[in-house]
Amino acid sequence: MATSENGAPRELKVIGHPLRKVDARAKVTGQTRFADDLTLPRMLHAKLLRSTEAHARIVRIDTSAAEAMPGVRAILTGDVLPEPFGILPVSQDEHTLCIDKVRFVGDPVVAVAAIDEDTAEEAVRRIVVEYEPLKHVASIDDGLAPCSDADRIHDYGTHDNVHKYVNLEFGDVEQSFEEADLVQEDSFYFEGNTHLPMEQHAALAAFDPDGKLTLWSSTQTPHYVHRALAKVLAPLPASHIRVIACPNGGGFGGKSDPFNHEIAVAKLSMITGRPVKICLTREEVFYCHRGRHPVLMWVKTGFKKDGSMTGMHFRSYLDGGAYGSYGVASTFYTGALQTVTYPVPRYKFQGARVFTNKPPCGPKRGHGTPQPRFALEVHLDKVAHRLGLDPAQMRLDHLVPPNSLTANYLRVGSMGLGACIEKVVEGSAWKERYGKLPEGHGLGLACGSYLSGAGLPIYWNRMPHSGVQLKLDRSGGVACFCGSTDIGQGSDSVLAYVVAEVLGIDPFAIRVVTADTDLTPVDLGSYSSRVTLMTGNAALQAAERARELLAQAVAKKLEVPAVRLTFAEGRVFDVEDAERGMTFAEAVQAAEAKFGTIGTVGSYAPPASAGKFKGAGVGPSPAYSYTAIVAETFVDPETGIVEVPRIWCAHDAGKCINPALVIGQIEGGVYMGLGEALMEEMTYRGNRNVVHHHPSMLEYKSPTTHEMCDVISYVIEDPDPNGPFGAKEVGQGPLLPVMPAVANAVFDAVGVRVDEVPVTPEKVLRALQAKARGRDPRTGPTRLPEVAWRPPMRVPPPWEGGTGEALPREGVEVTK
Amino acid sequence: MLRLPTFRYLRPESVEQAVAWRTDGGPEAAFVAGGTDLYPNMKRRQQTPPIVIGLGRIPELRGISGDSDTGARVGATTTLTRVCEDPFLVEHYPEVSRAARTISTPLLRNMGTIGGNVLLDTRCNYYDQTYEWRRSIDFCMKKEGTICWVAPSSPRCWAVQSSDLVPLLCAIGGSVRLVSPRGERELAFRDLYRDDGIDYLNKQPDELLTDLRLPARDGWRATYWKLRRREAFDFPVLGVAACLRLDGDVVREAHLYLGGVGSWPIEATGACDVLVGRRLDEETIQAAAAQAYRPAKPLDNTDFHMTWRKHMVRRYVEGALRELSGDGAAPRD
Repeated sequence: MATSENGAPRELKVIGHPLRKVDARAKVTGQTRFADDLTLPRMLHAKLLRSTEAHARIVRIDTSAAEAMPGVRAILTGDVLPEPFGILPVSQDEHTLCIDKVRFVGDPVVAVAAIDEDTAEEAVRRIVVEYEPLKHVASIDDGLAPCSDADRIHDYGTHDNVHKYVNLEFGDVEQSFEEADLVQEDSFYFEGNTHLPMEQHAALAAFDPDGKLTLWSSTQTPHYVHRALAKVLAPLPASHIRVIACPNGGGFGGKSDPFNHEIAVAKLSMITGRPVKICLTREEVFYCHRGRHPVLMWVKTGFKKDGSMTGMHFRSYLDGGAYGSYGVASTFYTGALQTVTYPVPRYKFQGARVFTNKPPCGPKRGHGTPQPRFALEVHLDKVAHRLGLDPAQMRLDHLVPPNSLTANYLRVGSMGLGACIEKVVEGSAWKERYGKLPEGHGLGLACGSYLSGAGLPIYWNRMPHSGVQLKLDRSGGVACFCGSTDIGQGSDSVLAYVVAEVLGIDPFAIRVVTADTDLTPVDLGSYSSRVTLMTGNAALQAAERARELLAQAVAKKLEVPAVRLTFAEGRVFDVEDAERGMTFAEAVQAAEAKFGTIGTVGSYAPPASAGKFKGAGVGPSPAYSYTAIVAETFVDPETGIVEVPRIWCAHDAGKCINPALVIGQIEGGVYMGLGEALMEEMTYRGNRNVVHHHPSMLEYKSPTTHEMCDVISYVIEDPDPNGPFGAKEVGQGPLLPVMPAVANAVFDAVGVRVDEVPVTPEKVLRALQAKARGRDPRTGPTRLPEVAWRPPMRVPPPWEGGTGEALPREGVEVTK
Repeated sequence: MLRLPTFRYLRPESVEQAVAWRTDGGPEAAFVAGGTDLYPNMKRRQQTPPIVIGLGRIPELRGISGDSDTGARVGATTTLTRVCEDPFLVEHYPEVSRAARTISTPLLRNMGTIGGNVLLDTRCNYYDQTYEWRRSIDFCMKKEGTICWVAPSSPRCWAVQSSDLVPLLCAIGGSVRLVSPRGERELAFRDLYRDDGIDYLNKQPDELLTDLRLPARDGWRATYWKLRRREAFDFPVLGVAACLRLDGDVVREAHLYLGGVGSWPIEATGACDVLVGRRLDEETIQAAAAQAYRPAKPLDNTDFHMTWRKHMVRRYVEGALRELSGDGAAPRD
């Protein structure tokens, strides 16, 4: 809560107001320069030759015909850059260009730089690559099966093609099932899908004669790209590399990894001494992927008659694609946030991620949590029916209390889910309509929660997660420097709003300089919904320090105690005598005269996690957002076609920095969730060399404005002490409940369960036909693969004497 | 972005010139009108004509004339937007305008033409892919390969008829005029198409489609129902066109064509046999629909599950017939 210097609440002038974005006019007039809009003199164009094999050894690469073409300036193969990279320190498994083998159709093998795109494209077509095919892995089942060393996709990981197992147990769940009145078991499948940003990835590299490299790129994480470039291009020192993230035309997690094409153009520029640009085709964007993992899930939960849980056992099986990417974190995330909404006294999570010969999966909006949230919320809906409870009331009766610790040691601060549920129940007239609508019409409710930033950085270090520098000029100008990247969510605007609020100036007068590793202090990037909370806190600290300097100087000059000064309307003045004051510029001049050049810094690092066990790093966050959704559906019983005319969404954002942007994120999240709920599928033809079914925007079905439902948004403001002005995230959370709410509404409409995402007409109709024949009215997975899990890590929950440390490991478990 | 291959672009100003240049250009030259089908295909290297002959400057290919008593003429390069909005067509051939409105997006309808639409290349998820993608499966028989991946044991190509106007124009019984160095001929719509994904037209490559003839408005009624994932712009995965002549409520003549479920517009003759001579009531409609779906051959090469698409034929035929009986609503635009 904002207070004045003497602690009294102060009216907020900027925060909480629906101001325009600081970059809005350039965006709406088409003047924002995205990476592909950039050109430099003598610039070359690059294209990548990508693998046409799903899994194969590279026998021979013949580039001679391409080299002979006039206009070709450089050809790069993998052997030139042997150093591997990858976003996670534990998964350094990617190369700029494949060296000895390819792992999916689309894996880059050769890069060409030429005088124009046509020449580069023609040169790529003239390159001959001879492959020796290897056995390919096309499914979770294949990935869990034993394989020969020669056929393994990677030579690291747990065993065979298993990349990672997780097995965590917080209390004895078997015992908790014995204490239950009802034990419910379900299995679910969530198909993979991708981000589909409007802007294709593009990058431009320029290596200058003085040995410095600059890369402009459409990336969400310039800091991590900087690290990857420094690793792969060594001995080029990191200090000679500058990464500038251009405004992103949508990211959604798909531009969070360092990518092959970014490193390739950097090296090509170093080789040719000329700037080199690449803009990927839409098909290549599908191959970059890093999107939603396909996840098979099983959940078993014990309930008391009142709907409270006694314990939960959750298993997830992830189809990871060909590389690690964020996958280890994704695996943990499929088991992390089940506990932060409704109390789970005992909890066991087992997760397995396998490598397959497909584009790598990674983080998409909600990163690893929408899949288990779908499972959990449909599971709860089924239980409410079995217990004869209202699904909304059952949830309301059992909410995780604020300021509490979960079984898996996540520290929940503010918790506005109850208010969210009440809002959507009221808005949708749930009590009057749920279960009472005519056949074909239904309502479904689901909830969710998401992090406001990951509690730990991607690589272990004790440094801040976000830094802000402010430069105050005697003209009254304020420049704000921060490494954060605006991917359309408005993070540049958030910096301006926070600084403007503290200094009492116009946010549109502030120059915001972001996402430039030479000019701005490190911010880890636009992922995990961390930016508003972390950069907001860093900006708040820097701005408060600046205000302090100015206040001291002004106090001296006006002979007023500093605590009596206020900063507002571009002035600094005495609260008791508003006439007594000066302009903001004069205040800066006073401070500059007193202290010298005025610059301040702020930084932010999240509080320490409560869990101390291995794996405790995924899940903790400074604050959790909460969301409740009611979806209304119409299901045509003749066709199985599901229409969603309306969604009510209430989101606990802590405090709106800008309510217009918060509602924009809610609507955007609902839109993306609706696509996942009804149609989006990132699928492959396993029997046809594992090619992507349809890597195009026409055939990868995603909703248009025509399919978009009405959204009734409610913002719940329950300020969190860890957020700047109490703000929590909104970028990802509102997506999570959409899929289960739609599935639950389909059940209310026609009495069938589709335990799979997407909920397609074919699946609904199959379930309806089963119902008509008196069979189980359900479509969904019917079997689970066999897994020899590693022994669980046992961590007693806090209420069973646990300290957050793990007990020693023992035993092996086999499950079917 | 995908790049177009290089090609020579010619702009004839008369039909005669266009046809002559096409002959001079050799077998690989291609006509283009709006280019909304050809150019994306060229970017994907499905077609790589070295010479492209643009028809946009030939006034006689544009425009709408005639009347509903004797039949109307629509020039081949008339844009789909014009077909949607032209007051004469909207008044006298509303089902044609309505079917045209289901084609793609407003932007593409501004470029796309009625002639281009009725000659639309057959589509397939194994074929409408980039050169590199198709290389990953060693190509298919429609372009550069030897196998039909949709049905590998089949000797033929199963690419799908995907124009929305074709089933409707077959049902109402229009015709086209084709001009070549050998002269001109008129061909009924129903005879323009062949049941083959590759060789899908009974039109010689050097024949220029100049006009479409719509039949006289003499008592028939027709409709077109389209199934697709997104009403904003998808190709049909099923199109049902029905044209009936009724005597009171008894069906005297019936033409039912299915689009999107085979390589050509499939005539549902079994359903027509059921309809003719019977009252168009719910019983007849269901009996006809039960016959109509039999000849449909949806395969795994479009959006949606093929079994479900086949099932949907019955539902859509019922919907179309109910609409024509006056008991059901028209499909939403």
